Amino acid sequence: MIQCKTSKEIGGMGHSVRRKEDDRFVHGKGKYVDDIKLQGMLYMDIKRSPYAYAKITNIDKDSAMAVEGVLAVVTGKDLEQYNLHWMPTLMSDTQMVLPVDTAMHQGQEVAAIIATSREAARDGREALMVDYDIMKPVVDPFKALDDDAPLLRPDKEGQKDNQAWHWEVGNKEATQDAFDAADVVVKEQMHIPRIHVASIETCGCVADYDKIDNHLTMHMTTQAPHAIRTVIALVAGHLGITEEKVRVIAHDIGGGFGGKVPVFPGYVIAIAASFLIGKPVKWIEDRSDNLTNSFARDYHITAEMAGTKDGKILATRMKVLADHGYTDGAANPSKFPTGMFSIGTGSYDYPNAFMEADAIYTNKPPGGVAYRCSFRVTEAVHAIERITDRFALEIGKDPAQLRFDNFIKKDQFPYHSPTGWEYDSGDYHAGLELALKTVEYDKLREEQAEKRKNGQLMGIGLSTFTEIVGAGPSKDFDILGIKMFDSAEIRVHPTGKAIARFGTKSQGQGHETTYAQIIAEELGIPSKDIIIEEGDTDTAPYGLGTYASRSTPTAGAAAAIAARKLRDKAKKIAAYLLEVSEDDLEWEPGKWFVKGAPEKAKTIQEIVFASYTNHPQGMEAGFEATHYYDPPNLTFPSGAYICVVDIDPDTFEIKVRRFVAIDDAGHIINPMVAQGQVHGGLTQGLAPAMYEEIIYDEDGNALNGTLMDYLVPTAVESPSWETGHTVTPSPHHPIGAKGIGESPTVGAPPAIANAIVDALKPYGVTHMDIPITPAKIFEKLKSMGVLDKDITAEA
Amino acid sequence: MKKEITLKINGEEVTAEVEPRTLLVHFIREQVSMTGTHIGCDTSSCGACTILINGKSAKSCTILAVQANGKEITTVEGLATADGPHPLQEGFKLAHGLHCGFCTPGMMLRAVELLDKNPDPTEEEIRWGISGNLCRCTGYNNIVKAVQYASAKMRGAELPNTDPVFVE
Amino acid sequence: MIPASFDYSAPNTLEEALKLLQEIGDEAKILAGGHSLIPMMKLRFAEPEHLVDLNNIPGLSEVSMNGDTLTIGAMAREVDVEDSEEVAKVFPIFKDAAKLIADPQVRNFGTLGGNLAHGDAANDQPAVMLALNADLEITGLDGARTVGIDEFFYGFYMTAIQEGEILTKITIPVPSGKVGNAYHKLERKVGDYATAGVAVQLVLDADGTCISAGIGLTNVNATPLRAERSEQALVGTKVDDAAIEAAAQAASEDCNPSSDLRGSEDYKRRVVKTITKRMIAKALERANA
Repeated sequence: MIQCKTSKEIGGMGHSVRRKEDDRFVHGKGKYVDDIKLQGMLYMDIKRSPYAYAKITNIDKDSAMAVEGVLAVVTGKDLEQYNLHWMPTLMSDTQMVLPVDTAMHQGQEVAAIIATSREAARDGREALMVDYDIMKPVVDPFKALDDDAPLLRPDKEGQKDNQAWHWEVGNKEATQDAFDAADVVVKEQMHIPRIHVASIETCGCVADYDKIDNHLTMHMTTQAPHAIRTVIALVAGHLGITEEKVRVIAHDIGGGFGGKVPVFPGYVIAIAASFLIGKPVKWIEDRSDNLTNSFARDYHITAEMAGTKDGKILATRMKVLADHGYTDGAANPSKFPTGMFSIGTGSYDYPNAFMEADAIYTNKPPGGVAYRCSFRVTEAVHAIERITDRFALEIGKDPAQLRFDNFIKKDQFPYHSPTGWEYDSGDYHAGLELALKTVEYDKLREEQAEKRKNGQLMGIGLSTFTEIVGAGPSKDFDILGIKMFDSAEIRVHPTGKAIARFGTKSQGQGHETTYAQIIAEELGIPSKDIIIEEGDTDTAPYGLGTYASRSTPTAGAAAAIAARKLRDKAKKIAAYLLEVSEDDLEWEPGKWFVKGAPEKAKTIQEIVFASYTNHPQGMEAGFEATHYYDPPNLTFPSGAYICVVDIDPDTFEIKVRRFVAIDDAGHIINPMVAQGQVHGGLTQGLAPAMYEEIIYDEDGNALNGTLMDYLVPTAVESPSWETGHTVTPSPHHPIGAKGIGESPTVGAPPAIANAIVDALKPYGVTHMDIPITPAKIFEKLKSMGVLDKDITAEA
Repeated sequence: MKKEITLKINGEEVTAEVEPRTLLVHFIREQVSMTGTHIGCDTSSCGACTILINGKSAKSCTILAVQANGKEITTVEGLATADGPHPLQEGFKLAHGLHCGFCTPGMMLRAVELLDKNPDPTEEEIRWGISGNLCRCTGYNNIVKAVQYASAKMRGAELPNTDPVFVE
Repeated sequence: MIPASFDYSAPNTLEEALKLLQEIGDEAKILAGGHSLIPMMKLRFAEPEHLVDLNNIPGLSEVSMNGDTLTIGAMAREVDVEDSEEVAKVFPIFKDAAKLIADPQVRNFGTLGGNLAHGDAANDQPAVMLALNADLEITGLDGARTVGIDEFFYGFYMTAIQEGEILTKITIPVPSGKVGNAYHKLERKVGDYATAGVAVQLVLDADGTCISAGIGLTNVNATPLRAERSEQALVGTKVDDAAIEAAAQAASEDCNPSSDLRGSEDYKRRVVKTITKRMIAKALERANA
């Protein structure tokens, strides 16, 4: 199905080129931030609040300074002198770097200990005595607006309660009318719980401030080095650390998934410490620190759907209570406080929709960052796919058929959704048909009917979702005012080998290979001859970074266009060398040749050499191009997923028997890499569906802040994924690609939840919140009074 | 307070003074300056720090450097030989068994012992065999494939195709 | 994460180790596999001043089937019993249990003695040892004494091992008759501690009548728990469905699970009942095989 325009030797798009980065990784030669060791480097550890909400009455620095090797203890009061105690969040809220008087969540940074060794820093952390007055925290977001709730953010001017903001989109009245007129209305209360990306590498940095040069080099785990450099300059510019004096370097990153987008207090404290002491300062998070200082999701959604009794959906409505913790620390495009949640109608031609959200402050860690997804699209997709299934259940229609009946049809694209998006392209029928055929859907339904007669619990769940990625067009998309373009700079050396630099930053996506393939596709230079560099703000062109599946839609497009600029230049040089008119030339990957006389040709390597040695007079020498790509629209990848589960009727253990994922991400650059992304995304979709959740008790204590209790799936839980694709190119993207890395994380959880709810249908279950665990199934059935129900009677 | 230890790391003898509390992983990374062995958690859960001690896979974050006295250690830096990469290194690359590379050294070292004890494991045996190693990127399908490739190569069996297979 | 500072000794003989323990007193902690202790020290839940490492002492790791007794040195690794085909002939329960203990790397170092001496009701080997009626040899400077498994677990993280003593050996009788044993636990994911676990051993006479039964429960009580009424419900029966049901019911009633992240008390009772049934059936099948 995937066709290649280039030879294997050139290795352009469609080839499963093995990854260039892998040689260093498999030999242990990757360079991650904790591998950096600088002369005179000091170590920082951070003392954290044991309480969710407490006044800090005293920090006894001497208690830590008495530890051998401890050089300094930095508190909020110290930072206040430099006006560094607060910092802006990416959502224009404010976050404490270190608290001056009040700790706002358990695990919050309270003081930093700087020492000559990692051990001494940790000993200092243990020794440091901090006195607190404990206050009653706001933990339940539903109680945050009660009259007796304490005002958590008195620092914010005009803040009268614990609501951070209200947002809405869609047509409220028309939606209400549709609900009023509908035959059937369904409604479910859903919680998409607090989770954490838990990349295997935690966050960390080495802040290296040079007093003589007044220059800061920041080695750090960031998915967005350029944006971070600008933020650093904004936060610390008044200390003379202006943007040209800041160099951010993101080396190899051990997984990001959205968790390495924000500016964490630890980074800023490390910078402050290095600035004050004049030596490099390393800070590496512990796993517990990592798990309890940021989060994704945590949306409480009331989802409703209205339609006819034969299955025509007329409207959908969603109301969200978003628990943001004590500040809005999300990383969304600035104009989109709920990110891409407003893709509220998914793959369906639902004519009316209305969505609203209220963001609430609580005494929990800030975040709301992505978890391998495009800005909260996962929350929307989960609600859409669940409530669509709920509707099918209500009217007794097969959920696959209900989807077919309501899909946006292929000829409706570009499709204008009721919440204001223009979908670029899609073929949802084709994807679902392939998925149904692969899984042998009709046979499965027959098997299920038989099993139900024997009291066996088997479920089949579907999810036919649309993603919304590639942020984004500058008219709507910016972060702190910086437009969300991305960039590529290609420089080809005289011998025809190249280096290309990008504003994005791979964290495992394989950019060093796939970007080279895009350039190879466009320019015919073998991808093996092209080195890709990212992550160093001193050398790479400015870009907004890698998250939200935006690298291929933005920087990938920039690479293609920059390469095309060079191809055009090559044409001019070829015409000059061959002494023909440009109009007489035709391109095939790797050479320009004379139409009708293919033996009269100049290879790209010959042309490049000429650009340095024999270029036409009047033409700029050299072979170099840059492009900053401002996408005209977002891209809309889609998928059709089917999950089959078997549930033990006694213990309720859930076994995912099969999972088929058909994705459509448009043209695929490297099938092997794309499939790898899908596999990984699926396991990260399985995780919140069945295993992961950060749980807080009523005092705001995180109950599972280690990987012993925060249950990241192993190879045993993770099923053997079956994947395939349809190809519906994006019409506006230069290479027709859409982005693939996150679709599976977005699409998988509702497929799994729908399968489990389907398995429990004989008990009358209509919804369960993720993560769905055996113990939760037990509680659900118990609360419904159906634990001992004879389910064979109904089959 | 410090203790002297002598051990072999990837065939080379190392003698050093360590504090008893120094974890083996910190010793390898910081005193021996071999940074291929990684740290991903505090609770022996993730396996990123897996090395071989006398041929047995071990979580070096849960073993003291002093305990390694007299032992032979193999880290990812010791996998390849003069003849080229280890079949697992080859398999991980060919089968796309890694994305960010952070879990990869530990995953491969674990697989060395797995294949040593069970040269031709089933998929289920591989999955259980690497259950002490977390990977957040790959979804494990291709790690299984990488181990299968290495198994075939080490047994001298026909090499499996490592290209991606899609449903159609 | 890094443990607090401590001193370290690695004696070469048991006597040397015992002397050290006596000298240092209650600030000493024994280091066996270390896979429970070192994580606790890294989290600074434990801050011993002196670790006495038993790993250099020869003779503590044997695993041998000797006529009517299985002997397991306290320093034998989980993997040693997991891999022993000789042990598995009579006690396949060790393969059942070991596969579910943590992960392969941990089992390479974690010791059976440590698994018991830690006194943690969440560990799996205590229930196995209850089912198999193990005897434990505890050695002090005055010599060795033997404690039955039923007298070993005192309370929450407390065992019969006194200050200055070392657990040295586990002996398990090989019953005469048709023997079957099995272990399973429900875990949230591989490597987790048990939501609930059940170890069963049945001994049948030639007619298939149960002449003795051992049932141990994991993580559903403050200490590892012997399900005595369940055992009684089986002895003297042909281990028919009614007897199995009665035994499973008794186990679910007699355990004392607490509600936590792994599930509610009621759920755990249900799991205990289900797994008890299944493990009795499996042990029965193995006894008759």
